[in-house]
Amino acid sequence: MDMLEVRVWRSAGEGGFISYRVPRHTSQTVLDVVTYIQRQLQPDLGYRYACRVGMCGSCAMTVNGKARWTCRTHVSKVAADGRLEVAPLANLPVIKDLVTDMSGFFDKWAQAKGSFTGTLTRHDDFARVPPASPRRQAVDAGIECIGCGVCYASCDVVAWRPDYLGPAALNRAWTLVNDERDTQGAERLRAVAGDAGCHSCHTQGSCTERCPKAIAPTAGIAGLKRMAAKAAMKGDL
Amino acid sequence: MMRRNDVRARNHPAYWAFLVHRLSGLALALFLPVHFWALGQAIAGEQALDGFLRFADRPLFKFAEWGLVVLLSLHLMGGLRLLVIEFAPWTHLRKDWLAVGLGVGACTGLAFLLALLR
Amino acid sequence: MAAMNVRTQARLWYFQRVSAMVLALFVAVHIGIVVYAVRGGLSGAEILARTHGSIAFAFFYGVFVLACAVHVPIGLLRIAQEWLRWRGPSAVAAALAFAVLLAVMGLRAVYGVVA
Repeated sequence: MDMLEVRVWRSAGEGGFISYRVPRHTSQTVLDVVTYIQRQLQPDLGYRYACRVGMCGSCAMTVNGKARWTCRTHVSKVAADGRLEVAPLANLPVIKDLVTDMSGFFDKWAQAKGSFTGTLTRHDDFARVPPASPRRQAVDAGIECIGCGVCYASCDVVAWRPDYLGPAALNRAWTLVNDERDTQGAERLRAVAGDAGCHSCHTQGSCTERCPKAIAPTAGIAGLKRMAAKAAMKGDL
Repeated sequence: MMRRNDVRARNHPAYWAFLVHRLSGLALALFLPVHFWALGQAIAGEQALDGFLRFADRPLFKFAEWGLVVLLSLHLMGGLRLLVIEFAPWTHLRKDWLAVGLGVGACTGLAFLLALLR
Repeated sequence: MAAMNVRTQARLWYFQRVSAMVLALFVAVHIGIVVYAVRGGLSGAEILARTHGSIAFAFFYGVFVLACAVHVPIGLLRIAQEWLRWRGPSAVAAALAFAVLLAVMGLRAVYGVVA
């Protein structure tokens, strides 16, 4: 029986890695490994998951230094030498072990005005939005975000600037400024501009590299940079 | 407490490009005042400028000059890539520009070296 | 970072990008000049013979200096804020001071080799 050497972050105070030996199977995911550890070896290990099939984003953790969905990370892909390191997502406060406090992440979503505001009611006819229009295509490229936090955890600007809104919030803002039904465009642009917003993105591209939905927040942020700068130069911001 | 990323999260081309761009910019920024001061020596006359140039005519200085020209080239090419990403229609992280940028940097370094050795 | 309002922060980004576009041309030309000039060694006489009294040279390098004075301090401010955790009005003031330093020293150097 092949065994894996798995170091798992355990936090009590400062925190540290504890090593466990886990039986290796074919088609095993990192989530399988963490679940095994909690069920068989360490009953008080704290971790999150829900769907376990790559739909909900709850199981995001740092695996061998990179943020990923553990349910969609095959052990064979990441534990070449039989070693694994599992830690909570970076850039978020650790509640316990592998569990982080995501409230700051979602607060920034709200600060970026990341919610839709429209004028139509259910008594009105449907809005007609041509799917092939450039604006709608821009929206569609970023609309699949499920708020898993992988991009936010991968971004160094988030680490360096505590008030930086982050790739997910900015990506969501981008999908809304391009939504022709939305009415909050001007306020949203003001909310996402400047040092706490899009203009601090340095195109490091870690968000785009790591997004499990293949969204490119860098693209949307570049778009926001242009729009916000244009508005600022016109005195509209 | 919060965990922070280490080098494993940063080990991809677009991040290296950021690092090269920032560090080269920093080096050039620190060099510029020195560069302006040296050229400003000409105000005191040709002898003063010549005095500095003779002082700078040693291997360590020539290597530093070569290094700065290469860094300037890399900063220029990295900057062009960023301008394309930020102002042109999006086609991913433009890694082809990274390759071209490195190539141009290498060519510039070689051209400068050959000119020095003439 | 309430040292500057959002509109100013956005404008700084814009100025840095525009100065970058300007500098792209100037730097390309400058590298060409440098590689050409450094052949056979540098001497004061050689340099000054070409730059003395040259309006074109004065204009080219004068604009070059001013573009640098815009572009460089904005970049340094970012590094100060992110890597040195130096934020607020004092960091902005330091960046502004560096801009003035570059402009003054640079234009002095242009004057030095042209006049």
